[in-house]
Order: sequence, then structure tokens, then C-alpha cells
Amino acid sequence: MLDTLTAALRSLLPHDSVITDPVRLRTYECDGLTYHRATPGVVVLPDTADQVARVVRLCNDFAVPFVARGSGTGLSGGALPREDGVLIVTSKMRRILEIDLDNRRAVVEPGVTNLAITEAVRDRGHYYAPDPSSQQICSIGGNVAENSGGAHCLKYGFTVNHVEACEIVTPDGDLVTLDRMDPGYDLLGAFIGSEGTLGIATKITVRLSRTPESVVTVLAAFENIEQGGKAVSAIIGAGIVPAAIEMMDALAIEAAEAAVACSYPAGAGAVLIVELDGPEAEVRRQFARLQEICSAAFELRVAADAAERAAIWKGRKSAFAAVGRISPAYIVQDGVVPRTALPGVLAAIDRLSHEHHIRVANVFHAGDGNLHPLVLFDDAEPGAGERAEVVSGAILDLCIEHGGSITGEHGVGVDKSRYMPRMFSEDDLDTMQLVRCAFDPRGLSNPGKVFPTPRLCGEVPGVRKGVHPLVESGKAEQF
Amino acid sequence: MLDDIGVTVRQAGEEDAVGGVRPRWVALPESVEEVAALLRACAERDLAVVPAGGGTKLHWGSPPERCDVLLDMCCMNEILEHAAGDLVVRTQAGVTMDALAATLAEQGQELALDPPFTEHTTVGGTLATATAGPRAFRYGTARDLLIGITVVLPDGTIAKSGGKVVKNVAGYDLGKLFTGSQGTLGVIAEATFRLHPLPADRRWVTAELDRAEVAPIAAALAASQAEPSAVEVDRPDPDGPIALAVLVEGAEAETRALALRELVGKGSVTAERPPWWGLIQRDEVLVEVRFPTSGTEAVLDAAAGTGFALRGSPVTGRVLLESWRPVGEEELAAAVSGLRAKVEAAGGRVNVLAAPYAGVERWGQVSGLPLMRRVKERFDPGRMMSPGRFLGGI
Ligand SMILES: Cc1cc2nc3c(=O)[nH]c(=O)nc-3n(C[C@H](O)[C@H](O)[C@H](O)COP(=O)(O)OP(=O)(O)OC[C@H]3O[C@@H](n4cnc5c(N)ncnc54)[C@H](O)[C@@H]3O)c2cc1C
Ligand SMILES: Cc1cc2nc3c(=O)[nH]c(=O)nc-3n(C[C@H](O)[C@H](O)[C@H](O)COP(=O)(O)OP(=O)(O)OC[C@H]3O[C@@H](n4cnc5c(N)ncnc54)[C@H](O)[C@@H]3O)c2cc1C
Repeated sequence: MLDTLTAALRSLLPHDSVITDPVRLRTYECDGLTYHRATPGVVVLPDTADQVARVVRLCNDFAVPFVARGSGTGLSGGALPREDGVLIVTSKMRRILEIDLDNRRAVVEPGVTNLAITEAVRDRGHYYAPDPSSQQICSIGGNVAENSGGAHCLKYGFTVNHVEACEIVTPDGDLVTLDRMDPGYDLLGAFIGSEGTLGIATKITVRLSRTPESVVTVLAAFENIEQGGKAVSAIIGAGIVPAAIEMMDALAIEAAEAAVACSYPAGAGAVLIVELDGPEAEVRRQFARLQEICSAAFELRVAADAAERAAIWKGRKSAFAAVGRISPAYIVQDGVVPRTALPGVLAAIDRLSHEHHIRVANVFHAGDGNLHPLVLFDDAEPGAGERAEVVSGAILDLCIEHGGSITGEHGVGVDKSRYMPRMFSEDDLDTMQLVRCAFDPRGLSNPGKVFPTPRLCGEVPGVRKGVHPLVESGKAEQF
Repeated sequence: MLDDIGVTVRQAGEEDAVGGVRPRWVALPESVEEVAALLRACAERDLAVVPAGGGTKLHWGSPPERCDVLLDMCCMNEILEHAAGDLVVRTQAGVTMDALAATLAEQGQELALDPPFTEHTTVGGTLATATAGPRAFRYGTARDLLIGITVVLPDGTIAKSGGKVVKNVAGYDLGKLFTGSQGTLGVIAEATFRLHPLPADRRWVTAELDRAEVAPIAAALAASQAEPSAVEVDRPDPDGPIALAVLVEGAEAETRALALRELVGKGSVTAERPPWWGLIQRDEVLVEVRFPTSGTEAVLDAAAGTGFALRGSPVTGRVLLESWRPVGEEELAAAVSGLRAKVEAAGGRVNVLAAPYAGVERWGQVSGLPLMRRVKERFDPGRMMSPGRFLGGI
């Protein structure tokens, strides 16, 4: 089946856009979550939306599943390929099509990196607000699929708040534009964050933001995490909405120090990075208030310029990779709790860590309760990986218990689909499945992700039966 | 027929009609479970249902193809949880925006949407209509502030998505799908919102502008470092002057407002909300125009040709047109198609939100319509929920 499909793909796309060489196929076998691997049946690198649509139609003709892939930095196995399917990689679709500062928008292809958008407009006083730590590499298509956030989403929101329109190839192979301006159901809102299960984004219109007049970045060092946590509550309680509030515990600081020599204050049990931005007068006043609130800090550093700001952020932004310096292996967890539950949850994580003899480094977006515990273990030690898994899973249970979420930004993917029934009832999941069935009745678009064992869609009264007319026309074009 | 399901039901009267269609019963459920029991019973008996909040906008959209039961959400009026420390509130859908605002204000917080007729309008109705107000420029619209939702599907299934944390990407976002769904997918039973601290202070810069001044001044304001929360214009008479009002919120509001006044080049700074701010005053006929802001001038020109009053935002690209005098069906149809041609050429859209006529094309072309139909078919295969009220006969 796949052989015939591959032949058809070759007649559709330029030679170098269809990959079947086993060695090259293997470079696509996983995303940032490296312990789920599968060699894709075939990889295609389309250059245009029209090519994506044709590939998807072919997949429909052969009833073969397909998976979209951007830069492969995902941390939940969302872009894990199918051995019996096609992996559609957007790396050739890297054009910035339009920059329209009058309307504060840019129109880009899905393979464009997150940072490339900001770089294209920075000298004209604008930027693209969502800033995942992976922003140098991750693609905007992947951001749309994951509804990615970043350190600054506390004040500015997530991808979904900054995307004005998407052109998508539906799972049947139709090209459709979903625009925030359109009347009707907010399908754009439903598509963003759907992890590639509702189709493939081929053109994205993002909103650009004005670079703020004033930015103040503060590093506050506390003796322990409780003091840091209290400061966070006091900041929010004072009615201040900083652009970012990030916290790291002693172990995470140790790792960052080892990796990038960020020279955070010695002896800190926790550091807090607070960034205030906005109109100068407002920032000045908020900063004065912040200094009072952080009176328990034993050191308070304020970045004097962009270089010092970058130095403060360096430790935080490198934290995930940095733990590699202090541990042979680790799991990056992503869960959310209501911010006020943070102290209790952190204490519980500490207990879990002791109980299972597994170290946990805590790095988190403290302002919105998004935890990124890094669960450290030695993969050479028998049983350590299993114990780390237990701790990692128990952290998600804690999040659910406290009314939070099993993922704040990394997505469900293959990794967490089994936790979905703990957070949602069967009825909740079946209802979400209705959306899936409306977009993808044949279940070909990134199957096996997000939902555990989804039900088949079945027929609905009034819904078209049999083969989609576009499948027919796709066939007619092909053979 | 509906007296054995444990939900309060009364006979409907003339005043309960929806777009001229009179239901047989009005149901008054008091809990999510009662809504579910009612919808299940209606599904079994093939009765069509239209949900109602405060009933202030029931004449918006097309009249329903049929309506047997008006589901009045007024008894679902409990604010379930205000977690002030987390800046989150969970509420039943029948709570009025007024009651919600009062509770939140006690803790110095607000839901940053600004529907003015808050005495009657409900949380559910506000979500289902997804109308945007002036401060959408800064805070986004209802869909951007909603973080969790509980809905009841036409077959009685109770489903939720999202939760009570601001950051959450687990599963599909049903909240987005139901926001603006006009009661055609199911009933919104509960909603959870992200809140903001009440601004320390607020000021408006007000000035009178000529038509040609609006676009450049609006662009300068939008790009300004003084960060206005909203920029609105009001033109009651198409040939008359245009009132501009710019809202500044937060610390140092006065200083920042003065800086913005400099940008405008005239006008005054006041702590008083302009009397027309964010209001819809006549919605017998109501036309919405959405556009990329580069089309502002074209929209102002095109709207002047219709003779309607105009109010809205040249920075978010959304204005509403109202009529101060009765408009006939043919006149409206002609005005809308003329307007649509010009606005669409400028990259915008024209939607007739309310009109008592069948012969007016309410919605323009929408690329996603076939997908929307499929969503409706999956959620409401029996066409029980507000059938025919939305675009494309949805
Ligand atoms: C060091 C590091 C730091 C990170 N920090 C953050 C962070 O701060 N915040 C955050 O939110 N995430 C973060 N991530 C996670 C990851 O970078 C994001 O999820 C990112 O959006 C993935 O983009 P990608 O292009 O790599 O997508 P991929 O990994 O290639 O794919 C991710 C998912 O998107 C789908 N997809 C890709 N392209 C498309 C398309 N065009 N249309 C439809 N579906 C598509 C795939 O099928 C898959 O399900 C981090 C990852 C790493 C490795
Ligand atoms: C920022 C802003 C500014 C506004 N400005 C004005 C203004 O100046 N003047 C003005 O008149 N209006 C204004 N509106 C619009 C108005 O406030 C809303 O449309 C209103 O909230 C409708 O509420 P209601 O409870 O009266 O709904 P209803 O009129 O009862 O219902 C409206 C629609 O929603 C559906 N619906 C209601 N409740 C539910 C539910 N629980 N589940 C599913 N569907 C439901 C109904 O079937 C109907 O289609 C504004 C709205 C906003 C957000």
C-alpha cells in the first residue's frame, strides 16, 4: 500500500521532496521527547500549500495516516511518525510572505521559526509576543498546533491570542481559511492547540506587538522557596501583572550554574525572575512596589541594560538542557496548578522525591502555576528510570487533585493521552471527539495522539456518505 | 408532556416569542443536571429548544425554524467560586454580568469585558453572542478570557473542557467553539474566566474629528507607548462630526492621557465615561463591520453612504451600524450589499446581527462554512438547538 502511495507521491513532488532512504528516515523518528520512536513510512517535504493538499488527498485515497512535523522540538511526542504513514515536514515552507505593520500583522508559512518573525520586525519596533524557550528553532506551525506559550504569556497570552487567521489543509485535503474576522463558529480557536489532529496549517497570520517603552528585569534571590512563593502571591495580590514571573529552586540553579555559568547569587534556595514592561511611568511605579514586596530577598539585582537582562534570563532559558550537566538522564514534566496551590504542591513534590530517592529540579512559570519539574535519574542504575516515571506520573496526579492540568504548554501528544481520562470524564472526551469527527471523520490526521483509544466516528444523519468528491478528483488527477 | 422530568416548566405566552416564533413551554432548570434532564426529554420527544439568558438579544439572528421550549437560564444564578488569589471565577451561566461584576469588585477584580446592559445580560448570553466591547483592544474578547466551560449537548450529555487554571492545553478547547455559537450547539451551563485587577485609575481623552483625521490618529494611538486600553469613535449622523474617545487605565493614567491628547492634537482629558461608550442603543437593525485597520477610511466612507449611525473601534477594526429611523427590507438589503462590496474590497466583513427580515443576506461568504456545518451535524444531528438561527441555515 505504502509503496504504491510512495510512487504516487514521487509523481506529485520534486525528487528531493520524497524521502525513503532508511538512514534519512531515521532522522525523523522522534521529536524532543526521545523515548518514543518510530521510523516513518515515508517523509515528504512539500514546498507549497497546494502540495500539502495533494499529499493529504493521496493519503485519503489510500486510507494512509499522515503526521505533520515542524522543527521536531515538541516535548510530548506529537510529531511521532507512523511506520504505516506519511510524515509531512514543513521545513521547506519557510517564507515570510508579508509584513504589514499598518495592520500589525505578518503572514508566514508554517515552517518559519518563531524567532524569525520577531527578527524580521524588531528594528521597526515590533515583535511577536509568544516566546517559547525553544523559539530559535521551533516552527510557527508547531506553535499553532501546540498553542505554545512562553515566559511572557502571563501578561500577553498564548499563541491562540496572537493568531488572526490560518489557512489549513483539512484532513480531507481541502484548503480552508479560518479567520478571526469570520462570523460563525470559532473554528480557528478550536484548531489552535489541536496538535495536528484537525489538519495542517499551511499559512498563518500572526499579530505583531509594539515593543514596550520600558522593560525592567529583576532577579530576586531568596533563602528558600517558601519566601519566593510568598513574594509571588504578594505581587499578584498587589494588582501587578508582570510580563513574566519565573522561579527556579536550588537544584535548578545548580544545574544552570554548571551549564552556562549564569552567576546567580550564591546560596540562593530559590530565585525569582520578574519582568515588568509597559509605559515608563507605570513600570516605574510597579517597580517601586515590587522592591517593597521583595524585602525578604537577600539580594535584588536589576538589569541595567539589554546585556544584563540577557544574563539574568540565560540561566532560566537554558534550564532544561542544563540539568543534563548534573544528571545522566531526566524527564521534563509540564503540569499546572492554581497559583495559590503552589506551596502545597511543591512540598508534596519534595516528599515524593525523598520517598522514591529521585531528585527533582523545579523550574516554573510561577505567575500562572505552570510547573516544569525536571525529574532526574541515572539510566545506568537498574530501576531508576521506573522510579522516575512513578514520580513524574505522581506529579501529574497532584496537578489534577489540585484542580489543575496535565499540560500547560507542551501538549498531550502520545506521552500523556493515558492521563486524559484522569482529567476528563468519558463524556468530556466523547464530546471533544465530535470535533475530531467533524474535521477528520476517517481519523487519518495524526491518529493516536491526544485521545486514548478514540471511538470511531460512524455516520451521522445528513452527513455525506461514501467517498469524498475531492478524493475522487484527487484520484482523477493522479491516475 | 414535560411535567414528569423534575424541571419547572410553565406554559409560554406571547411575550416569550423568539423572532416571532412562539414556544409552547418555558423551562426553568436550576442545575446542570436539570438542564441535561430537560434536553434529554426534549430529544426523546423531538422538541426544539432555544436557550435564553436575560432575553435581551433573542431577536438577534434569524428566527428559529421551530421552537417548542424556551430554556430560561435565569435560575442558574450562582457564582460558584471566586478564587481571588488565582484571579479566576467560576460561575453558572444565568448569573447576570452586573451581579458578577459586583462580587468581583469586592476583591478589587473584574472580568475585563464591558457589556453595559449588565442588569439583565447573563454570562451565558454574553458568551453565546460573543459581542466585543471597547477594551477588546487590550484584553481580547470573551473567547480570550474564558478558561473553562461546562456545556450540555442536545442529547443531555454534560461535558466540560479547559479548567480553572489560566494555562492549559489538555484536549480541544470547547469553550472557543461555544463562544459565539448563538445557542446552536448546546447550552452553556457554567463558565470559568480569567480575571484582572481593577485598574487603579482611568481617564478618557475625548475630541471631535473630521472623517479624514480618524485613520491616521487611530494608527498613532494604537502604536503609542502610552498604551491606551481602548480607542472608540461615535458618528451618530453620517454627515456630522466624529467623536473620538480614548481610554487609559492603570497607574499614572492622567499623565499618559495627557501624552495621548498631544498625539491627537486637540480635545480634553476627563475621568467621566462618554455617555455613548460601548453602547448599542438601537438594535432592531444592527450591522457589524469587521476590517483590517488599514481599511478604516474605506469603512467610514462606505458606512456614510448607508445613512446609519456608526460606533466602534478603529484600532480593533470593528464597528456597529445602527439606524435611528425604521429601515424597510429592500432598503436594508440594498444598503448591506453595497456596503459589503466596499468593505470586502478593503479586506473586511459585513454581518447583519439583527434585522426583522428574511430577505436580507445576513452573512457574507465564509471559507469555513462546510466545516461549521459538519460541526453542527455532529453536535446536534437532530437539529434540536436553535435550528436555523445561525449562518448558512445552521
Ligand atoms: C528546550 C525546549 C524548550 C521549550 N520551551 C517551550 C516553552 O517555553 N513553551 C512551550 O510552549 N513549548 C516549549 N517547548 C516545546 C516545543 O518547542 C513547542 O511545542 C513547539 O511549538 C513545537 O514546535 P515544532 O515546530 O518543533 O513542532 P513539532 O515538534 O514538529 O510538532 C509539534 C506538534 O505540532 C504538529 N504540527 C507541526 N507543524 C504543524 C502544522 N503546520 N500544522 C499542524 N500541525 C503541525 C505536529 O504534528 C505535532 O503534533 C520547548 C521545547 C524544547 C526542546
Ligand atoms: C463588551 C460588550 C458590549 C456590549 N454592548 C452592548 C450594548 O451596548 N447594548 C446592548 O444591547 N448589548 C450589548 N452587548 C451585547 C449583550 O450584552 C449580549 O449580547 C448579551 O450579553 C446577551 O445576554 P442575554 O443574557 O440577554 O442573552 P439572550 O438575549 O437571552 O440570548 C442571546 C443569544 O444567546 C443564546 N444563549 C443565551 N444563553 C445561553 C446559554 N446559557 N447557552 C447557550 N446559548 C445561550 C440565546 O439562544 C441567544 O441566541 C454587549 C456585549 C459585550 C460583550
